[in-house]
Amino acid sequence: MRVLEPKPRGAGAQLPPTEDRGGPAQPLLSVKNLVKHFPVRDPFWVRERRVVHAVDGVSFDVAKGETLGIVGESGCGKSTTARLLARLLMPDSGSLVFDGDGVGESGGLPLTAYRRSLQMVFQDSFASLNPRMTIEDTIGFAPWVHGLSHSATVARSHALLERVGLLPAQFAARYPHELSGGQRQRINIARALALQPRLLVLDEAVAALDKSVQAQVLNLLQELKREQGLTYIFISHDLHVIQYLCDRVMVMYLGQVIEIGPVGQIYSAARHPYTLALLSAVPSMDPTRRTAKPPLAGDPPNPISPPSGCRFRDRCPRAEAVCASSVPALTTLAALPSGASEGLHEVACHMSIAGSGHSAAPALKQLEAA
Amino acid sequence: MSVIASDLLATAPAPPTIVVPAQIISPGYWRSVGRRLVRDRVAMLCAAVLVLLVLAAIFAPWVAPADPFKTSVLKRLLPVGSPNNWLGTDELGRDLISRLIYGGRLSLTMGIVPVTAAFLIGTTIGVAAGFMGGTVNMAVMRTLDVFYAFPSVLLAVAISGAMGPGLSNSLLALTIVFIPQIARVAESVTTQVAKLEYIDAARMSGAASLTIIRLQVLGNVLGPVFVYATGLISVCMILASGLSFLGLGVRPPEAEWGLMLNTLRAAIFNNPVVAALPGAMIFITSICFNLLADGIRSAMDLKR
Repeated sequence: MRVLEPKPRGAGAQLPPTEDRGGPAQPLLSVKNLVKHFPVRDPFWVRERRVVHAVDGVSFDVAKGETLGIVGESGCGKSTTARLLARLLMPDSGSLVFDGDGVGESGGLPLTAYRRSLQMVFQDSFASLNPRMTIEDTIGFAPWVHGLSHSATVARSHALLERVGLLPAQFAARYPHELSGGQRQRINIARALALQPRLLVLDEAVAALDKSVQAQVLNLLQELKREQGLTYIFISHDLHVIQYLCDRVMVMYLGQVIEIGPVGQIYSAARHPYTLALLSAVPSMDPTRRTAKPPLAGDPPNPISPPSGCRFRDRCPRAEAVCASSVPALTTLAALPSGASEGLHEVACHMSIAGSGHSAAPALKQLEAA
Repeated sequence: MSVIASDLLATAPAPPTIVVPAQIISPGYWRSVGRRLVRDRVAMLCAAVLVLLVLAAIFAPWVAPADPFKTSVLKRLLPVGSPNNWLGTDELGRDLISRLIYGGRLSLTMGIVPVTAAFLIGTTIGVAAGFMGGTVNMAVMRTLDVFYAFPSVLLAVAISGAMGPGLSNSLLALTIVFIPQIARVAESVTTQVAKLEYIDAARMSGAASLTIIRLQVLGNVLGPVFVYATGLISVCMILASGLSFLGLGVRPPEAEWGLMLNTLRAAIFNNPVVAALPGAMIFITSICFNLLADGIRSAMDLKR
């Protein structure tokens, strides 16, 4: 350790453990109505204060031990959501409840304790490692900050290096530029694990890697999850990766959740037209079934002034008058063939809301009968 | 690479024991910077010249062949190469080489001291503003911009003039001139660094801002700022010479390169070589500082 000088502090041999409190049934993280608007830098003579609706009322639960995937095209608010969860950004409104405790509220979980329990793996493995810090210093930084002694920090970072498959003797004293992309991403993961977190937010963690390395890193993530009982929030635009890794999938569009459900349900019986379009954009493995026409036309609308009603309506092939007039709420689908044990399938589309006024919507009675 | 290596090992008939280097491969960052710098011939030559100049200035009483203040009416404006006065004499018959050596004391001080002070203050201001961002950054940087708006020479002359002539006042004036420039560079580098994900990761570790600045930000900011500041030393020397020239800095009969250049300018037609010598000293020193700064910058560049 060159940068992290030894400092005389408390016992510092081990970090206090992060414990489970609420039992397995309680969601690990409960996100309620998260909102983040970024002000647009207008010249001062523009009277109207415009904002980018980056994240607009996002709510979801993450169960203990599951992997929740978040998908959506660029600009849909995936990364902003991740940064809000990590409290790298302060939300305009909404709350986070971690294992039963409100984060940053009085009487709740203090921010430092929350950040120990939740760590993040970043996409850009170059920008996420300090170019002037050795690998062991980078990994050891957080434990050192939390009061671990010098020798314990070194031991910890070496153990983590070994766990992610890099020999400490060979890599501990190296600098990030001396490593390959896959190795850097392993360091990134090791750093995120350094504080023994319970929830890992992986923001496009494998997007920058080529396929074979991607597979290695994904397998490593699976192993680590089993070993340490971790919970993942996995953000990606790669639907194959999501399908491979996740238990549940959340689809975002223009700052809102439009569909959330078990991975099998989403991939086989998605209900929202946008999810269907996303899935049909996945390249087929069968050359005879090549996608002929683009599944979706146009770009996502301007997040400064999103369309009224359903935000997807101006690109939706099945939009009707009701879609412009009222906002579809995230509604639980009543009939779930595989049963409720896997988690609920929720959709925000007028076609799935009984009695919404859309021609394809189920009638009210029919739903009650089911 | 490791995949290929393990594949090769798997297919090889008798896999040899994998040789793991027992010791750490990578030397420390600053040691490797030092090694690259030593290999840079131009930078080393400049460093040698500067060390020579500084040593000569420090040990001036022992090095100088004659008393730099002893005037002689008979020996006025002797040409370069005169016996006993190798570099000639000035308009009052004082030995020029002695005056140049003694002049280095004041000139180098006036070049280095204000820049060092401005480096410390300016970096502190710039890094703090850049790291905090937002309104604080805006307030600090716009305030500094007020100073930045004046041409350096004018600002130095104005401050120096307001405080009255004298060495310490001109040092102070020059420091004030350079603080906004260095702070601005420090601020822009810090703003860039603070946006990067490893700073986010450091924030996620729960570290205090000061710890993050000290351990994660400074290492990435000091390099470029240091190189910029080194380049300012030559500018500072020229400005200091300018102040002396105007009578605001050092006053005769003190030996200082800028002042000497001023007083010898009357002799430019009679003895141009002698008259140009103090200027040459300023030039050599500035260019050495600049080239050394360039060398340090490329030695600090990791991606090579």
